[in-house]
Amino acid sequence: MSLLDSSFWEVFLASLSPEIWKDLWGPIGETLYMTAISSVIMLVFGIVIGILLDITNPNGLIPLKLSYTLSGWMINCLRSLPQMIMIILMIPVARLIFGKSYGTNACIIAIAASCIPMYARIVESSLLEIDKGKIEAAQAMGSKNISIIFKVLLPETLPSLIRGFTVSVITVLSMTALAGMFGAGGIGDIAVRYGYQRFQHDRLFACVYILIVLVQLIQGIGNLVSKRILKTRNLV
Amino acid sequence: MSAYLKIKDLHKTFYPHGQPLKVLDGIDLEVEKGEIFGIIGFSGAGKSTLARCINRLEKADSGTIELGDTDILSLSKDQLLKQRHKMGMIFQNFNLFDSMTVYQNIAYPLEISGVPRKEIKQRVLETAELVGLTEKLKAHPGALSGGQKQRVGIARAIVTKPDFIISDEATSALDPQTTIQILDLLKEINEKYKITILMITHELDAIRYTCSRMAVLEGGKITESGHVRDIFENPHSKTGELFAKVFMLFQSPEFTKGEGI
Ligand SMILES: Nc1ncnc2c1ncn2[C@@H]1O[C@H](COP(=O)(O)OP(=O)(O)OP(=O)(O)O)[C@@H](O)[C@H]1O
Ligand SMILES: [Mg+2]
Repeated sequence: MSLLDSSFWEVFLASLSPEIWKDLWGPIGETLYMTAISSVIMLVFGIVIGILLDITNPNGLIPLKLSYTLSGWMINCLRSLPQMIMIILMIPVARLIFGKSYGTNACIIAIAASCIPMYARIVESSLLEIDKGKIEAAQAMGSKNISIIFKVLLPETLPSLIRGFTVSVITVLSMTALAGMFGAGGIGDIAVRYGYQRFQHDRLFACVYILIVLVQLIQGIGNLVSKRILKTRNLV
Repeated sequence: MSAYLKIKDLHKTFYPHGQPLKVLDGIDLEVEKGEIFGIIGFSGAGKSTLARCINRLEKADSGTIELGDTDILSLSKDQLLKQRHKMGMIFQNFNLFDSMTVYQNIAYPLEISGVPRKEIKQRVLETAELVGLTEKLKAHPGALSGGQKQRVGIARAIVTKPDFIISDEATSALDPQTTIQILDLLKEINEKYKITILMITHELDAIRYTCSRMAVLEGGKITESGHVRDIFENPHSKTGELFAKVFMLFQSPEFTKGEGI
């Protein structure tokens, strides 16, 4: 049903009908799969790069001015690329890995690659929030840098890291919708194929509901977990 | 008796905004084994910098620091870590780890120096008992009062059985009653374990209450040092005079009547 020939109300009612939804569960699964895998890849690389940025900072544990400046510059370059262009750029990389440049797995590579620089920056800024005195206390007790990172820096900033991760997962989700245009499947694919190319606005509406619910869910879980942690630490 | 902590001609210059700032300008200091030695000075006098040079959180430009038989400034990286296990530090704003319980906070210095788990437990319980925190071991620092937090800070500093503790304004964030309790605790661990304590503060009452000897830090130099009473009664430096004056003022009846300065 299209807004071109039906009223908004009719399209709205149609968007709730079971016929439309029965074709959506598969794409929802694909979207969740893409979001989950991309987020995990983003998490691992983002944390590692974020830690490296934090400790090589001129005031960090192991100041390395040149490496810090260079990696900061590279990250800024990557971040200034629009997500769409990033996906297009990653197509050859995906072809190298999977032998084809389209499909869910290929897009996962593109999405993760494009979100890692952003998440690395978010991790860095979370880690910079730590009270310097805590690091100093750990040093005064004779901690090695490795124990400072894993026993002090990461645990102390965990609530902030979780909030940053939540925001980033939502960005990943919105990128999976974009990647739908490049054969990634999922909700974005439905929205583009039916909503955009065939004017089936009832399906487009349904896609929008799904994205809204998913975003709320992700944000809600993130808030809940970080609040829980703050509460056990008696910080709220 | 020969001195335990010997500092000779210690210099440290910072370069904030490119301009040199001489913070330590030839410090000479001797602290005897087993005493609580006070260092007093105004804000910005360089007290924390001096403390941080002793455990090498800050790199001194020149001079020597000897602690027992150890030449602190010539230690290698690994030796320095080992040396730090043997000296505690207590901070004004506690610097406890919020992610850990009180138990874990006290256990941390033992964990990083590779003490076996069973021994850790025993030592933590002992130390918690000593500082009066047995009831709070499962709590996080966020749930503690300032005084209790500083008890954790002290427990953390002494749990490794160090010979030497630096206390940098340990009581400056606490109310007078809590201050006395914390100072009593410091005195107790000093007597019980013969731990030498370098007590840095700008509160003269804390020094009078706790220390036998003290030094006045002013303009990057030790302008006088000796027995606490001598310095209060017969100060020779500007800072010393000022502190003595303030001290007299607090004791004078006019001040108590609220007629002020
Ligand atoms: N890392 C640094 N870089 C530049 N200047 C510094 C640095 N650390 C300390 N200073 C300066 O050195 C001087 C002495 O600082 P320090 O913290 O040792 O004083 P303090 O006697 O401990 O004062 P307070 O009683 O306020 O704690 C101050 O002027 C401070 O601004
Ligand atoms: Mg200070």
